[in-house]
This record gives sequence, structure tokens and C-alpha cells, in this order.
Amino acid sequence: MLTTLLIVVPLVAAIVVWILPLSNESTAGLALLAALAEVGLWVGGARNFDFSSQEQQYSATREWFSDLGISYSVGLYGFQYWLVGLTIVVGAAAIGYGMWAGRERPRAYFGLMLFLVGSLVGLFSSQDLLLFYVFFEAMLIPLYLLVGVWGGPQRVKATITFVLYTMFGSLLMLASVIAFGISQGTFELAEIGTSSNDWIFLGFLVAFFVKSPILPFHGWLRITYTEAPPEVTAILSGVVPKAAVFGFLWIVLPHFPGPVADFRALVLVLAAATLVYGSLLAFRQPDIRGVIAYSSMAQMGLIMFGIFAVNDLGLDGAVLHSVNHGLVSAGFFLVAGMIESRAGTGELARLGGMAKGRPALASVVMILGIFTLAVPGSTNFAGEFAVLAGVFQRGWGYAAVGAAAIVLAAMYALRLISAILHGRRASGSEDTSADLVGGELALVLPLVAILAVLSAWPALVTERSFPLDQPTSFISGQEQAP
Amino acid sequence: MIDTPHVDWLALSPTIALLGASAIALLGAVLVPRPAVRAFSAAITAIGFVVSAVFAGVVFDRSPDPTVLLSETMTRDQLGALAAIILALIGLVVVLVSWSDGRRDHVGEYYALLSASAAGMVFIVSASSLLTMFLALEWFSIALYILCALDTHRRESLEAGLKYLIIGSFGSGILLFGCALVYGSTGELGFSAIREATGADDPLFVTGMAMILSGLAFKVSAAPFHMWTPDVYQGAPTPVTAFMAGATKVAALVVTLRILVTAFPEQAEIWSVAVAVLAVASLVIGNLAAIAQRDVKRMLAYSSVSHAGFLLIAIAANSDDGATSLLYYLIPYVAATVGAFAVVAARERELGKPVSLSNLAGLGWERPFLGVGMWVFMLSLAGFPLTGGFLGKLFVFSAIYEAGWWWLVVIGVLATALSLAYYLNIVRALYMRPGEVAPGPVVAAGGSPPRDVLLDTAVAAGIVVTIGSFFFVQPLVDLARDAAASLPL
Repeated sequence: MLTTLLIVVPLVAAIVVWILPLSNESTAGLALLAALAEVGLWVGGARNFDFSSQEQQYSATREWFSDLGISYSVGLYGFQYWLVGLTIVVGAAAIGYGMWAGRERPRAYFGLMLFLVGSLVGLFSSQDLLLFYVFFEAMLIPLYLLVGVWGGPQRVKATITFVLYTMFGSLLMLASVIAFGISQGTFELAEIGTSSNDWIFLGFLVAFFVKSPILPFHGWLRITYTEAPPEVTAILSGVVPKAAVFGFLWIVLPHFPGPVADFRALVLVLAAATLVYGSLLAFRQPDIRGVIAYSSMAQMGLIMFGIFAVNDLGLDGAVLHSVNHGLVSAGFFLVAGMIESRAGTGELARLGGMAKGRPALASVVMILGIFTLAVPGSTNFAGEFAVLAGVFQRGWGYAAVGAAAIVLAAMYALRLISAILHGRRASGSEDTSADLVGGELALVLPLVAILAVLSAWPALVTERSFPLDQPTSFISGQEQAP
Repeated sequence: MIDTPHVDWLALSPTIALLGASAIALLGAVLVPRPAVRAFSAAITAIGFVVSAVFAGVVFDRSPDPTVLLSETMTRDQLGALAAIILALIGLVVVLVSWSDGRRDHVGEYYALLSASAAGMVFIVSASSLLTMFLALEWFSIALYILCALDTHRRESLEAGLKYLIIGSFGSGILLFGCALVYGSTGELGFSAIREATGADDPLFVTGMAMILSGLAFKVSAAPFHMWTPDVYQGAPTPVTAFMAGATKVAALVVTLRILVTAFPEQAEIWSVAVAVLAVASLVIGNLAAIAQRDVKRMLAYSSVSHAGFLLIAIAANSDDGATSLLYYLIPYVAATVGAFAVVAARERELGKPVSLSNLAGLGWERPFLGVGMWVFMLSLAGFPLTGGFLGKLFVFSAIYEAGWWWLVVIGVLATALSLAYYLNIVRALYMRPGEVAPGPVVAAGGSPPRDVLLDTAVAAGIVVTIGSFFFVQPLVDLARDAAASLPL
């Protein structure tokens, strides 16, 4: 019931916001209220969530398209609960940012943002393959317009690139979904069994690789992350790639054990390549968003390491790092937006010396940077460590690449920090623009606070992601389902 | 006393209601005082469509088993009845769209022809002999030829009428030739009689079948028999285009399905390949050509060619699921197509010139309701989730996958990917460019034309069906399955 509520509240709020002819302020307020109500529901639900249970929780099932064995079936396991939580928190921060930035045409804007949040929550809680696909596609509808209408100067090109790439992936996945579901006679994930068909597997793989993105499917990343409004990029980089994480964890690993084993080496090599390539490009980018975009891509490569290690450490690490990366990159993109709105540019060459007189901004950038470079003691370090320890069991070479990438992460994170905060003041940062104000801090600090809590207690996520804290047996246990 | 055969008036009632409405509207054109002609004939036609839909509903309810009537000239069954319901509802929506199209002359004739052609379509979906099929095909086609050319002051309209007449007659000729060959080979006219009389591999018979299929493919506007579609759709008055894109497709596809599975089941191996080839050709040509279009009506014409491809895939499956998916697919397809043409009609009336991608710009912000409508219709035609178009495609693909033709699924999916290019082009035009400065004197100084409540109702109905058929798919599929059950599959 709660799951359905979590999906429906933003969708209904989207329609209400869109239809009611309220003033700009009240529209934004209503949207934020809905987003916060969603956070409240999630926190309230967490209190009664039994993370050790092997049962799906808050599940709901309704007949929908029984001729094809498709039903509306939602429910949550631990790792899904964290992903849903990530969506809701980042979504609320993004909506808050939209309110602060005063987006034009607020009714359409906030309606679409809420629609996006609702479809992402639905995606992470779906227990039916087709329902998953429905939400996977449905989130493109708001994203297309959010990027295309409220984005930067090259927004139209960005939407075309983004949609071409993602639709290419998702339509391949549709073919796989049909082939898999029809040949099994049901789309219910709990009953669908396993397949050893490489082609079906590859359809899913490509779709999720595009979404992540993993080399060589990353062509959409740069322009989309740069041209989208910052708060949309926050969701796009922090939450949307987690659809791929969820898809791998809950569809590919349990239902394609054979192909996963066969293609493991290929996937791990691609992940390693993504990690190194992303990190190197992040180091070379001339603007804030470029750095964060490619760093985000690199982190997805790392998460892919954890998933395709397919062992307890790797899977736990992948879930933890998904949450970390989501919060860090969302926070960073929001801050990037705040800096851009002050300096009028995101180009590093025209920034610099922003630390002076802006202690709050400097602290936030510093803290997020430190999380990005995964300083020991941070939750990112915990996540990366678990992932690398997991992938080490599959081959020391992968772990070595991963360790090298941590050094690269330090390079690009420190470069970013010093380029923004230190050095000579350049044209973009000369003006006397203010420090972060209360409203902005209220958007970013919660994300930082959650990261701090996770740093102190990473086991909050890792031990509560899979029943009995046994990811491998839980995930492979799905194979034996009737 | 001459023995007359028993006539099942109920089975004929949906047709008769429309013919009656047509006759009254035609009389009204002469007898009713001129200022009232429009209101009178539109109202009569609308009533005719409602009555026809209700009668078709009664037929659907009372015909759980198919009955062959009048030495197999027609069949009373749920397939025909469901198609008739859909056709009558399309007609009703088209009346709503037509109401304020500013037509001054031939108003009575317009509505009379509209319901007359709908009557022919309602009849053809129940026809079950070569003769009645051809008769009904000509019946609705001739009405459509005139409707296309009815804007006598516009060259494009005349051109559309003439082109449709010539190419349509050519198609009908092929169809008739095919009928003659099949009749010559079997000596039978009724569909099921033909099946029983089949002389195995008679080349005459197979040629006849191929020609019948080609003739029907003209009406379905499946490639390579689609050449008339873009010009006619573009030139015809927009409500007529909406009617053709929706209703003709339904009628022609249902009759194609019926004749293929009833009369030629023995040759299924031949015709399912032929239909698959037509489907692939339509998907490729329709989608590629649509991408290049700038005129929205023309683009939608090619889009309808590509949808003919998807729908033919369902026929090629030659299975119960295939027939069911065809009937289900038609519902969101028709809603989205007619709705899209309604939005185009609204924009056209506002601008006073043909709607192109560039002058669609900003519609989404200027007319939020029409914009959202167009957005929903495009998403449905592109097969996005949360619209019936998605489930329709899914259902068709799963039917053909189960029939063992996995490569058609791949082609269908690729075609869907291509189609995004032009459907999303329209969405982009709606929302992502600044609206042009109000063009021409048509737009009143106040900014916007008077609200067209009836047209808005039509768009709203389109939205409701498009989205509703996603959420309430199972009841609709149940209906479609009942209807498909009346075929010998």
C-alpha cells in the first residue's frame, strides 16, 4: 500500500499542480509540499520496514493485462527501499532548487518534475518486468521536455541526442522484454524463471549501459548534463542511472545467470574502461558540469564493477555506492547551478578565488569534493572499498584499475576545488555576488548531512540492502522460483 | 405471393440508421431554411452515429455466435459489431470536429456523405461475400471521393479528390478482377463457401487471392499501395482526413482480416508471408518518408502508412492473439489519429493556412489543452507507455513473436525507433520553440479565436480513450477477444 502511495502521490500532485491555476509561488509551494510529504512517507515507512525479512514489503498487486500475464505488481526489498529513498530525497532537493531558481511556466515545470519523481519511484519498486519497462520509458516523457524547454542554449540538440540514445537502448530492451516475457508466459519477476538466451540478455545489457552510461554508449552524457537545468541534471546523474543498477540487480543477475557468467569479463573490462576514461576526461574538462558529468560516469563504471563481481561484498558495495554517488553528484550539480547563477558561467578558467568571502559556498564545495575523491572515512570510501574488495575476487587486475581510478578521482576533485575556490579571481567570480543563502543551504545541507550519517555508519545501507545480509544467495535464490 | 427470405433487420440496423441519417440530412439540405441547414444536418448525422453505435452494441450483445445471413452475403457476429461501434464513434467525433470548419456551401451534402460513407464501412465489416464486399467498398469509397473534393474552391482539395478517385478506382479494379478470378476458380462468392470449394493449388485462385489482397491494401494504404495517401490526406478537408485515417483503416483492415482467415485459411502460408512483406514495406517506407515531411497532415499520412504496417503484422500472425491485438490496437490508434487531426484542424482554422511544423510552434503554450492533446496523441502513436499505443504495439509484437516470427518484432522495434524522430519533432515544435508572431489577419486582435467547445470535446474524447486504453486494457482486450472469437481461427 505504501509503495503505491509513494508512486501515486507525486503523480497526482503533478496533475493537480498542472491543472490548478495557482500563482507561481503557490504552485512551487504546493509542489515542494508534495515532495516533502513524499519524504515524510518514506521516513515513516522506514520505521516499519523489516530489513531482515525475506519477504517483499509494502507490496501491492492488481490485475492489469492478464492476457499477457502482466500485472501491476509493486513491492520493496531493502536495496529498493534505499533507491526509492535516494529518488525522493534528490527529487525534493531538485524541486526546491526549481522553486529557488524561479523557473518559468511553473505549472508545467513542477508538474513534470513531480511526474519524473513518481515514475522513478515506480521504476525502483516494480516487481513486474513490463511495469518496469513502462516506468523506464515513462520517465523519458518529462525528461524530454524538462531538458528541451528549460535547458541551456543547446537544449534542443541535447534532447535529441539524449532521446536517441536512450530510446535506442530501451527499444532493444523492449524486444528483449517481449521475447523473455512471452516465452516464459508471465512478466511477473517473482515467477519468470531464468533464461540462457544471450540475445535477450544483450538487449537488457545495452539498454542499461546506455542509461548508466558505460563506454561506448556515453555519447549523450556530456551535452545532456551540461544543457539540462542543474536540478534536472541532479536527478539525471544522481538517480536515473540507478535505473540501470536496479535493472542489473533485479532483472539481469537473477534471471540470466548463464549469460552473466559468460559475459562477465567483457562487462568488467568495459566498466574498467569507463572508470579510467571517465576519470581522465573529468580531469580535462574546462567547466564544472563537465567535470562532474564525467566523474559521474566514472563512478557508474565502479558500481558496475561491484554488480558484476556478483559476490556479497561487491553487491553491498554497489548499493551503498549508488546511494553515495546519487547524493554527491546531485549535490554537486545543484551547487554548480548556484555557482553558475552567480558567476554567469561554469567555465573553470573564468572562475577562481570564490572561497574568499564566501565561507558557506567554499565549505560545501570542499565537502562534496572530499566525498567525490573518496577520502578514507567517507561513505564513498566505504562503498568503493567494498566494490574493489568484491571485484578483487574476480581478478586482481580489475581492483588495480579501480585503485588507480581513485587516484585519478583525487586529481580531478582537487583540480575542481582549487579551480573554483582558490587561485586568482577571474572575470566570472569578480563580482560581489553573495555567499550561499539560507534557502540554498537548505537544499544542499540535507544531502551533505545524509552523506555524513552514512560515513559514520555505512552499515546502515550495506547490512540492510538484502535479506539476512546475504546478497548473492538472495539474488541467485530468485532463480529457483517456480 | 413471392417467398422473401428472412431478413435480419437487427444485423442491418447500424447500417440503416446511418443511411437514414444520410437521407434525412440530404433532404434537409433542400427543405430546411438555409441558415439552419448546418445545425440540422450536423445534428441528424450525430444522432445517426449514436443510434448506429447503440444498435451495433445490441448486435454485439446478442450475437455470441456468428450467424451467416442471406446465403452468406453478410455475417452477423461480434467482430462486425465491434468494428461498427468503433466506426460509428469515429463518425460522431468527426461530426464534432467538422462543426465549426467554416464551410458555407454543400453543408447538408457534407454531412449526408459522411454518414453515407460510414454506412458503407459499417456494412463492409460484416460483409462475407465477394459481391457485398466489393459493393460496400465502392459505396464508402465513392462517398469519400466526393468528400475529398468538396472544398471546391481549393485546388488541393480537388486534386485530392481526383487522385483518390483515379487511384482508388484502380485499386477497386484490381480487387474486382481478383474477385472474378476467385469466383471463376471456385464458383462461389461467400467467404466460407470459397474455403470449402478451394481447388488446392489452382494458380488462378492464388492470383485472384493476391489481387484481392492488393486491392484491399490500397484502402489500408499499405506500402507499396500507399502512393495516394499523402496527397489525399494533405489535400482533403481536415475532418475528412481524420475520418479517412481512422475509419477507412478500421473498415479495410477488418475486412482484410475476415476474408483472409475465412476464405483463404488453406493458403495461410502464402498470404501471411505476403502480408508480412506489405507490413515491412509499410514500416520502412512510411517511417522514412514521414521523417522528411514538414507539413503536419502529410507527416500524419505517412504515419498512418507506418501504422498500417504494425496492424498488418497482427494479421500476418494469423492467430487468435493476432486478431485480438489488431482490434485492440485499432482503438488507441484511431483515438490518437482522429484526435491529432482535430488539433491540426483547430490550428488550421486559427491560421487560415496549412499547418506545418514551423507554424505549429508554440501551440503547446498558447493553447495548453490542444497542446497536451497533441502531445498525448504523438506519444501514443510513437508507442510510449501510459498510452494505449504502447500496449497495442506490445500486444501485436507478442502475437507475432508467438507465431514464431521474431524478426518481425525486431523490424517493428526498429520502425518504432525511427518513428520517434518525427513524432517527437511535433512535440518539439509544440513546446520547444518560441511561438511565431501571430500570422496573418485570421487571428483576431484579441489574440485567440473563439473557443470551439465541440472540437475540444473531440480532443478530450481522444485523450480519454488514448490514456484510458492503457489503464483499462484488459476489458478492451476481452471485448476484442470476444470479437476475434467469431473468426474461424
